[in-house]
Amino acid sequence: MTAMAEPEVGRARVRKEDERLITGRTRWTDNITLPGMVHMALLRSPTAHARITAMDTSAAKEMPGVIAVYTGDDLDPGGEVGMPNAWPITPDQKTPRRPMLAQGTVNFAGEAVAAVIARSAAEAEDALAEIDVDYEDLPVVLGLDNAVADGAPLVHEDMGTNKSAEWIFDSSQAGSGGDVQQAISSSDVVVTRRFRQQRLVPAFMEPRSVVVDPTAPQLTMWSATQVPHILKTMVAMTLGLPEHHVRVIAPDVGGGFGGKLAVTPEECAAVVVAQKLGKPVKWTESRSETMVSAHHGRDQMQDITISASRDGTITGLKVDLLADMGAYLGIVGGGVPVLGAFMFNAIYKIPAYRFSCTTVFTNTTLTDAYRGAGRPEATFAIERIMDELAAELGMDPMQLREKNWIAHDEFPYTTVSTLTYDSGNYEAATAKAMQLFDYDGLRREQAERRDRGDRVQLGIGISTFTEMCGLAPSRVLGSLDYGAGGWEHAAIRMLPTGKVEVVTGASPHGQGHETAWSQIVADQLGVGFDDIEILHGDTQSSHKGLDTYGSRSLTVGGIAVVKAAEKVIAKARKVAAHLMEASEDDLEFADGKFTVRGTDTSTAIQDIALAVFAAHDLPDGVEPTLDSEAVFDPENFSFPHGTHLCATEVDTETGQVRLRSYVCVDDIGKVINPLIVEGQMHGGLAQGIAQALYEEAVYDEFGTLTSGTFADYLVPSAMDLPSFTTDRTETAATSNPLGVKGVGEAGTIASTPAVVNAVVDAVRHRGVNDIEMPLSPMRVWRAVHKGDTAAGGPGAEAGGGLGSIDSAHGGAQ
Amino acid sequence: MIPAPFDYVAPSTVDEAVRALADAGEDAKVLAGGQSLLPVLRMRLAAPTTVVDLGKIGELKGVRDEGDAVVIGAMTTHYDVQRDPLVHDHALLLARATDTVADPQVRHRGTFGGSLAHADPAGDLLAPALALDAEMVIQGTGGRRTVSAAEFFQDFFTTSLAPEDILVEVRVPKHTGWTAHYEKFNRVAQAWSMVAVAATVRAEGGTVAEARIGLTNMASIPVRATAVEQALVGRSADAETIRAAAEHAAEGTSPTVDGNADVEYRQHLAKVLTGRAVEAAMAG
Repeated sequence: MTAMAEPEVGRARVRKEDERLITGRTRWTDNITLPGMVHMALLRSPTAHARITAMDTSAAKEMPGVIAVYTGDDLDPGGEVGMPNAWPITPDQKTPRRPMLAQGTVNFAGEAVAAVIARSAAEAEDALAEIDVDYEDLPVVLGLDNAVADGAPLVHEDMGTNKSAEWIFDSSQAGSGGDVQQAISSSDVVVTRRFRQQRLVPAFMEPRSVVVDPTAPQLTMWSATQVPHILKTMVAMTLGLPEHHVRVIAPDVGGGFGGKLAVTPEECAAVVVAQKLGKPVKWTESRSETMVSAHHGRDQMQDITISASRDGTITGLKVDLLADMGAYLGIVGGGVPVLGAFMFNAIYKIPAYRFSCTTVFTNTTLTDAYRGAGRPEATFAIERIMDELAAELGMDPMQLREKNWIAHDEFPYTTVSTLTYDSGNYEAATAKAMQLFDYDGLRREQAERRDRGDRVQLGIGISTFTEMCGLAPSRVLGSLDYGAGGWEHAAIRMLPTGKVEVVTGASPHGQGHETAWSQIVADQLGVGFDDIEILHGDTQSSHKGLDTYGSRSLTVGGIAVVKAAEKVIAKARKVAAHLMEASEDDLEFADGKFTVRGTDTSTAIQDIALAVFAAHDLPDGVEPTLDSEAVFDPENFSFPHGTHLCATEVDTETGQVRLRSYVCVDDIGKVINPLIVEGQMHGGLAQGIAQALYEEAVYDEFGTLTSGTFADYLVPSAMDLPSFTTDRTETAATSNPLGVKGVGEAGTIASTPAVVNAVVDAVRHRGVNDIEMPLSPMRVWRAVHKGDTAAGGPGAEAGGGLGSIDSAHGGAQ
Repeated sequence: MIPAPFDYVAPSTVDEAVRALADAGEDAKVLAGGQSLLPVLRMRLAAPTTVVDLGKIGELKGVRDEGDAVVIGAMTTHYDVQRDPLVHDHALLLARATDTVADPQVRHRGTFGGSLAHADPAGDLLAPALALDAEMVIQGTGGRRTVSAAEFFQDFFTTSLAPEDILVEVRVPKHTGWTAHYEKFNRVAQAWSMVAVAATVRAEGGTVAEARIGLTNMASIPVRATAVEQALVGRSADAETIRAAAEHAAEGTSPTVDGNADVEYRQHLAKVLTGRAVEAAMAG
C-alpha cells in the first residue's frame, strides 16, 4: 500500500521563478549584449499635430559614435509599411497607416520621427539633439466631443472624418431581447448618466526593449513583449519577411498589463535598421518614452441609460460609447471597447439592450489593451448606474442587485448580449462577502456619522461583477472579425532520465506560468514538481502559440497542457502494457505508475520514458517517443465573478478619501495555486483602485502629456492601500476539464466601481450623485462643496426622484 | 534617460568646492545627494558642463550644539537629521517634517542642505526652516556670510546663493521644549506636498505662549503664517480659538495651480490643515 501523494494542484507553492525575477538576476532584453551590437535612439515629436516641412540630420551624423541617422522615408521609401491592426471591427473601419517613423506628418506628441544609430546608447541619445526638424503646426484634435463635432479639424486629413468605425449591438435585432427604446419609454424609472473613463498608462515595470540580430539567415528578435508568437507572424507580414526567417524570443518580461500586447513601430524599425547595417541593434526606451509612446488604456465617454419598473426589476439598458483611439489603431484597437459590449449587462437579467460604440481619432498616443480591456469600462458603468438606480428607487443597492441577478439554479444562462454563462453562484459569493465585511454594522456606523454630522463620512460601495475571459473560442473571434484564433498550444517532452520539459505557447510576463504549469503536470503525470521545466517565449522551442492576455493562459493554455499530458499517458499505457505483459484495459494509472489492476505489478512513467528512449523492446507499430502536443480551442469563455465591498472614509473638509476596508469574494472556479491567485487579486485591486482614485493621463490644450512622469502620474504604493480581505467561493467552470476560470484581470475589473460607489455613497446626502475619476481630493471636496443646499446644490435630495420621495414619506431606506 | 555629458568634480573641502564652482562658471551644478538633480539631468531638463559633488566633504556633515543654536551641516542626510537627538530636543518641528520626506531610500541619500538649496516650494523642509528662523551659513569666493531663511528663499527654485556659493550649514535657534507637528497633504504617500503646514508651539498651561507656523507650497517660496501666529499667542488653545486663527492661514499666500489643486482649493486646504497642525502641535 502506498499513500496517495498530496496533489500539487491547490498547493500554495512559492513560485519557481521568483528568485530570479525578484533579484533581477535574469535575462531581460536590455541585458542582452551581442558582438558588434549598435544602439538605436529615437527622436520624438514634441508637438501633437504638425506637418514635417524639413529635416536636417547632417549635424547628427557627425556626432561622436554615430553610425547612421534614419528618417521615415529612409526606412520605408515607398511609404507602404504600417503597423498591424488585427481587429477591424467593421468592414468599413477607417484604419490610418501607422508608419515606423513619421512620414509627412506627426499625429501625436511622442511619435518617433528619426532614429540615430550609434556605438553606445549614450552617444545615440546625445546626437538626437542635433537633428533639426521644421514643424508646421496643424490644428490639434483633443477630446472626444470635440473630435466628433461638426466641422472639427481632422487628425487624418485624407480620411475626411475623425470617426474610425461604429459598432452596434441591438438585442431586438440579435433576437436575444426586446427593443430598448420601447422598454425605456414604457418604464416607471429611467436613470441616465454620462461616465468618463479617464485615460490610463499601463505602467509596466520593465520598459520596452528590443534587440535584433540579423547576422544569420534566420533573424532573431528579442523583445520585452507579451506576444512573441503574434509578433513573429506580424513582423513577417508587416515587413514582408519570410516567416521562417524570423525567430522571436520574449525572455523574462517585467510586466505588461496589456501594454506589451502590441506590434510596435520601434520593433519594426529595429528590424529594418539591423538589416540595413548587418549588425545587431538594440533599442531600450526611457520611462519618459514609455509614458508618451507606449499605448495607453481606457479613455471612453459612456452615455448609459437604465430603466426599471417600480419594484426594481430592470427593463432595459442602453449604452452609447465614444472611444478615444488616439492617433492610430493598435493591434486590438477598436476591439477593446467592443469586448465591453458583452459585459454591460453583467450578472443581470436584462430584457432589452442596445450598445453602440464609435471609435474616434484624436492627436494623442494610441489606446489599446490595458488590464481588462473593455470589460473594466463596462463593469464600471453598469455597477455605478446600479447604485444610482437604487438611489432613485430608494432601495438598498445590494437588494436591487439580488432582484436582478441570475440565480445559481438558472445556469447555464444565455444573456441578452448572447453569451452563455456556464456557471456561477452570485448568492454564495455575496453572502460570504457581506459577512466578512460586516455590511450591516458599517451601515449602522454610516447612519451614526451622518446623524452627528461627522467631518469624516463613511460610504459603502458594491461591485458584483462578472467578466468574460479565457480569450477565446476561435469561432466567436471569427464572428467578431478578429484576425486570429483563440486556441493555445502545449507540448510535453519526456526525457530519458524521467525529467519533463513542458512547452507552452502562453508566454508569461510575470504571472507564474512555470509554477502553475509544473503543478498541473506533476499531478497529471505523477512526476515531481521539481522534475518539470517549463519552456516558453521562444518561437524556436515553442513554435506555436497565441501568448498571454485576456486571462487566457490557464483556461486555454493550461488546458492544452492537460491535453498533452493525456496523450503522453495514452502512449505510455501501450508501452506499459507491453512491458508488463498485460492488457491496456487492465492498467490503472495513478501517482505516476501504471499498475495491473488487482496486482502489485507496476511500472513508473519514468521507467517507461527510459524504455522508450532505448526503444529496444517496443510493441509493433509504436513510435519510440512519449512526446506529445496538443492544441486546445475553448468552446466558451470562462466567467469568473465576485462580490467586492469597499468602505471608504471621506474627509468632507479636505475631500481626502481613505479606504477603510476592502473585502472581495471571488469565484474563479478551481484554483491551481492559491498564492498566485492572491497575488493576482492584490495587484489587480491596486490597479483598479488606482483608476478610481489616483491615475490619469492628462493632456494640455496643445496635446502635451502633462502627466509624463511618475511624479505626476500617481501610481499608488502599498502605503496608500488597505489590507485587503480576499476570499473565494468555488463554482467549477463546466467549460474546461480543470474547472478553472481566469483571474488575471478580475481585481482590476471589479474594484474601480466599488471604490467610486463607496465615495459617492459617503457624500450622497451632501448633494453628490457622481464624481469624475480619478476621485482626487479636490474633485471630492468640490462635489461636496457644490452639492450643499447652501451652494445651490441638491443637498440631501441627491438621491433624487422616487427614492427621495419615499424617504420623505418614511419609505424604504 | 541618459544625462548629457558633463565633467564631474568631487572636492574634499568646502574651499575646493567653491573654487571648482568659480572655475566652472555659470553652467555648473552642485550635487548634494542628487535626489532632485539626477532626475533633472536624466530627463535632460538641465545639462550642466560641470557637476560638483559635495558628497566627499566631511566638514559638511553632522549636527552640533552651539549653545543657543543647533547647527546642521548642509550634507547631513535626512535620515541623520531625523534621528539626531539634538534636532529632536531643540528643533522638533524639523524632525517631524523630515519624517515625511519621500521614502527611506531618498532619506538615506538626500540631504538637508540640498533640499533647502534646491528651493522647491513643495519641498517639506523649507517651511520648517522658515518657521524656526533658521540661518543659512554660506561660503563663496568672498568668504562666509549668514543669511536668514526669509532672505534665503527668493522664488521658485531660486535662493540667494550665487553660482559659486556653497550652503555650508544651517543654524537653527533652539526651540527647546516646543511641541510640533507637520501636517502634510498629498494624494499618494510618496508624492510631493500639495499643501503642508509646519507648526510648533510653546504652551504654558493651556495657553499658547509662542507659535511659529510655516506653509509649504502656498507660494513660490515658503510662507510664514504670521496672522495665525498672532491670533494664537496669549490665547487658550481651545478648538474655537484655533479654528478662528486658522482662518487667517491663506492671507498673503499666492499658490500655484496644477492638476491636483487650484488656488481656491489650496487656500482652503491651508486653513483646514493649519487648524489641524496647531491642534496636533498643542497636543504634543
